[in-house]
Formats: sequence, structure tokens, C-alpha cells
Amino acid sequence: MLAIDIIATIFMAAGAFFMITGTVGLLKFPDFYTRMHATGKCDTLGQVLVILGCMIYEGFTFITIKLLLVSAFYILAGPASTHALMKAGYVTGVPVWKKGDKRM
Amino acid sequence: MEMMETRQNHRTFKFALTFCIMFIFWLLLSAWTIYLPEPYDFTKISRGVLVALIVTFLTYEIFVPSRGEKVLFKLRRFIAYVAWELWQIYLATIDVAKRVLGILPVDPQVITFDTTLRSDFALVTFANSITLTPGTITIDVEPEMGRYTVHAIAKEPADSLTVDQTMQKKVGYVFMEE
Repeated sequence: MLAIDIIATIFMAAGAFFMITGTVGLLKFPDFYTRMHATGKCDTLGQVLVILGCMIYEGFTFITIKLLLVSAFYILAGPASTHALMKAGYVTGVPVWKKGDKRM
Repeated sequence: MEMMETRQNHRTFKFALTFCIMFIFWLLLSAWTIYLPEPYDFTKISRGVLVALIVTFLTYEIFVPSRGEKVLFKLRRFIAYVAWELWQIYLATIDVAKRVLGILPVDPQVITFDTTLRSDFALVTFANSITLTPGTITIDVEPEMGRYTVHAIAKEPADSLTVDQTMQKKVGYVFMEE
């Protein structure tokens, strides 16, 4: 029981670490597009790791299958929503930051 | 006459297959509410059958692909591809984390390139894969040319798409559109 708790905690802590990194990137990066890099990628893995931790903590029940489906949907929907925001920004002409420019 | 009969059989097969999958899916999602209170609660099961029937009626035409598309063959390659993709998600997050912490540089650029992919599913898979792999996000896709506009966070991720083309080859191999 204790071993399962520890493994679940490690997974959840790793997930939380990636989510925090994504948030720091959102605040630190210079423009809209690079900020989307930080949030779009770190969120996917962070979410999946947290859900994996929950699955290990709960043991194998029907809830495990639901959590698995949630994470599968997240892997599909995360990139799609990131792409939608990127395209909306690009079409409406949000400027792209180049190395050496001022922060936007 | 015979051909019409086979087509009818094929439709029935599609309907039955979709219904089975939908009902199993419903069981997976809500079976615990059935077997906990009473062993055989027919009201609840009949509700599940009804919902599965409605969904089947709406989607069976598109849910099962038509003949001659080599679905099982592609599915086997696709599962191997998904395993590789999960590893890429891990690498992508590490890559972004390094850039956030200042270990790797940030030098963004927008690139455009053509691919050999044409079918909807291949285009979507490749667009999602670009977003999930290290350092690149899809901005736009033109389905007729298979042309992708991609935002790369530095030069190396952009080169991996335009020069190495590992992922194009993998997706092309899965969907047999090389």
C-alpha cells in the first residue's frame, strides 16, 4: 500500500512540476507564439502524469478506465486547441518575435 | 441483385459492429452503477441499449470504414506510431522546460513545407504530431497541397521537419501515402 502511495505521489509531483514549468514559461517567454509553446506542451504531459498518478492511487476499477479515456482525449484535444489559438493569432496578424527584438 | 444483397449485408454488419462497440463503451462507463445496487436491473440496462441504439443509428455510416481500406493493417502500424509519439511528448516537455529555465536558446521562426499526405486522417495525425513533438507547433494546413505552416521555437526543431523529415516518413508509412 505504501509503495503504491509513493509511486502515485512521484507521478503527481512530476505532473505538478511540468505544469509549474509551463506557467513560468507563459510569464517568461517574449511573445504570443512562444508562450503557446510553453502552455500547449507542458500541460499535456502534466495532465497525463497527474491522471496516471490518480489511476495508480485508486487501484484497478472502472474509474481507471474512465481516467484512461480522459487522458487519451486530452492528448487528442490539447494539440487541437493549441493549433486553433495559433491559427487565430496568425490570421489576425499577431507579430512574430525574432531574436533581438523587444519583448512584447 | 446479388451485389445489392452483399451491400445490404455489409450495412447490417456495420450496424451490428457499431452497436456492439457502443454498448461495450457504455458498459465500461457506467457498469458500476448497474451491478452495485441490484444484480440485474433491467431498467438501467434498457436505457443503455436505447442510448447505444440512438448513437449507432446516427454514426454507423461513418464509424466503420468501407471495404478495401486495409484498416487492420494500418491500425497495427498506427499503434506502434502512438507508442513512439508518447515518447516524443515526454521529450517535447523536457525541451520546453529547458528553454523556460534558460538552458537552451529561444530563436523563433515560421517555416512552410510540403508533404505527400492527402487523406484527412493522415493530415490531422501529422498536424497533431507536429504540435506534440519538441519545439514545433502547427499554425496552418492546406489540404490540397499537403502544405504545412509551422512555428518553430529554434532552428534545430525546424531542421528536423524540413531536412530530416523523420516524422513525415513515419506518418506516410502508417497511412501508406509515401
